[in-house]
Amino acid sequence: MKQVEVLIIGAGPAGLSAADILLEAGASVAIVDRSDRVGGQLTKQTHMFFGSQAHYASKRGIDILTILFDKIKHHPNLHMFTNTTVAGLYPDKVVACVQESRYFTLQAKAIIVATGASEKSLPFENNDLPGVYAAGAVQTLMNVYGVKPGDKVLMVGSGNIGLIVTYQLMQAGVIVPMLVEAAETISGYLVHASKIKRLGVDLRMRTSVKRALGTKHVEGAQIWQLDEQWQGIPGTEETIPVDTICLAVGLSPLTELLQQIGAEVTYINELGGHVPRLNDRFETTVDGVFACGDVAGIEEASSAMIAGTIAGLEAALKRGYKIENVAERRASLHASLATLRSGPHAAKIRKGHEKLGVKS
Amino acid sequence: MIEKTGVPSKEAVLEQFPERIVLVKPKAIIECYKEIPCNPCSTSCPFDAIHVPEDINVRPTIDFDACTGCGICVYHCPGLAITVMQVKDQKVMMKIPYEFTPLPKVGEQRNVLDRSGAVLTQGTITKVQTSPKQEKTALIHVEMDAAHLHDAITIEVTHGSHES
Ligand SMILES: Cc1cc2nc3c(=O)[nH]c(=O)nc-3n(C[C@H](O)[C@H](O)[C@H](O)COP(=O)(O)OP(=O)(O)OC[C@H]3O[C@@H](n4cnc5c(N)ncnc54)[C@H](O)[C@@H]3O)c2cc1C
Ligand code: SF4
Ligand code: SF4
Repeated sequence: MKQVEVLIIGAGPAGLSAADILLEAGASVAIVDRSDRVGGQLTKQTHMFFGSQAHYASKRGIDILTILFDKIKHHPNLHMFTNTTVAGLYPDKVVACVQESRYFTLQAKAIIVATGASEKSLPFENNDLPGVYAAGAVQTLMNVYGVKPGDKVLMVGSGNIGLIVTYQLMQAGVIVPMLVEAAETISGYLVHASKIKRLGVDLRMRTSVKRALGTKHVEGAQIWQLDEQWQGIPGTEETIPVDTICLAVGLSPLTELLQQIGAEVTYINELGGHVPRLNDRFETTVDGVFACGDVAGIEEASSAMIAGTIAGLEAALKRGYKIENVAERRASLHASLATLRSGPHAAKIRKGHEKLGVKS
Repeated sequence: MIEKTGVPSKEAVLEQFPERIVLVKPKAIIECYKEIPCNPCSTSCPFDAIHVPEDINVRPTIDFDACTGCGICVYHCPGLAITVMQVKDQKVMMKIPYEFTPLPKVGEQRNVLDRSGAVLTQGTITKVQTSPKQEKTALIHVEMDAAHLHDAITIEVTHGSHES
């Protein structure tokens, strides 16, 4: 069995940031990602990012990715395994990997789980009809492969992902006549909502999809208004002629591997689902197994990068490496994270962390 | 109410404008109505006219005396929440960010839209600024009747018929 020092699962912003500081400290690092492209969600983000300029705000996701990866990609102590899925994590940090049809195992001294999240679906009649897509799939089609998912799209969900993907669809020449949201108010940043509203998108609150219309492919969507209990109100149905329904209804952390290795996880609605219990070194309840990024609670790339750096720093210290000015760096990383989580938009995250019993 | 519609109230919009006399020179109008963790407007301004404190959740504030109307913040703002406005000879000169292809051409007439997406009037494109520094956000200069100062926000998108 091949031995590796620190194994990072997931090459998104969290995993790459962890790798960067570990390599700097002198550790040897293996990164495994099931995709053929490095970068996780960043590969699909063609829009300018928010956040502090110190953390790449105003740059586009794909360009941030290039900056992150260029820093480390030629490092002699880095081993990349792309197209490789971690299928299992076992005691003694044995990692089962599948690369195409090849199966192999690695053994690590420390593991950082940065697997990100998967998209949630929405139950409605005919939701398996071709033409019903998750927002991530739509983004991959458009921004990675340059293919339009359809000509006319109904967007479901007013979080930042729904708002941003709507804008990206419009940039690709796709018509988005309407966006529906079950909640009473827009849940993403208002600047993103205003950006599509002024270009003519009808934003409907307290509205959801009742059924997808069509037999072989989506030919329309029947929407209806929701009452206070989020139940559809009969008689309020409307038919929207679209060929695509795009679901941007949330993400849930990919914690299966952590559960497999015996790390304690708790269901916290505000953080997207099951999340690991972490100490302030971002270590799970299993010694030497760390977690960071969306897998530890749905947030942002900006926070994923900082959390990844913290997890990497702590893993390096645990392996016995020295990091210059460690106290200062640690404090400043935690302070940046706290700032990102201090605004009104992060109220949900703060509440989730409170339930989990950690300080943000 | 902006939280439901994405359209700010008229009062909220007016609060972002300086007195009319100030707009004989071009000034940035910032429409960032809710706290978000974001600050490129402030860090990109070469004249230090926009301020966001250390706590980047705080909404940006602008010093109209310091603002030259250069438009740099307009294409650095990821929320596309900034325009530059000037009123001269009964005309509004507006600078907006634009991220669609094909870009409008100088001299072209385009529908000008208000914050709800309704067509207000026609405007004339007077300048189209692009540069590698701007990445993929162009700065478009549009001229229209001064009556639309407080309502104009962008131009209608037209997609080329032969796009790939
Ligand atoms: C439409 C959209 C817009 C966004 N806009 C912004 C924004 O403006 N600003 C911002 O800060 N954030 C934004 N985000 C959020 C940001 O992209 C994510 O929060 C961030 O990518 C999370 O980083 P991560 O490294 O935790 O996970 P990810 O980026 O999801 O990466 C996880 C990686 O793990 C891999 N993986 C998962 N399971 C396995 C396995 N079993 N084996 C091997 N590999 C595995 C995946 O292939 C993936 O590459 C946006 C997200 C979306 C979807
Ligand atoms: S227009 Fe120019 S001077 Fe005015 S705030 Fe923006 S960047 Fe600064
Ligand atoms: S850059 Fe734009 S979105 Fe960000 S704080 Fe400034 S005005 Fe608001």
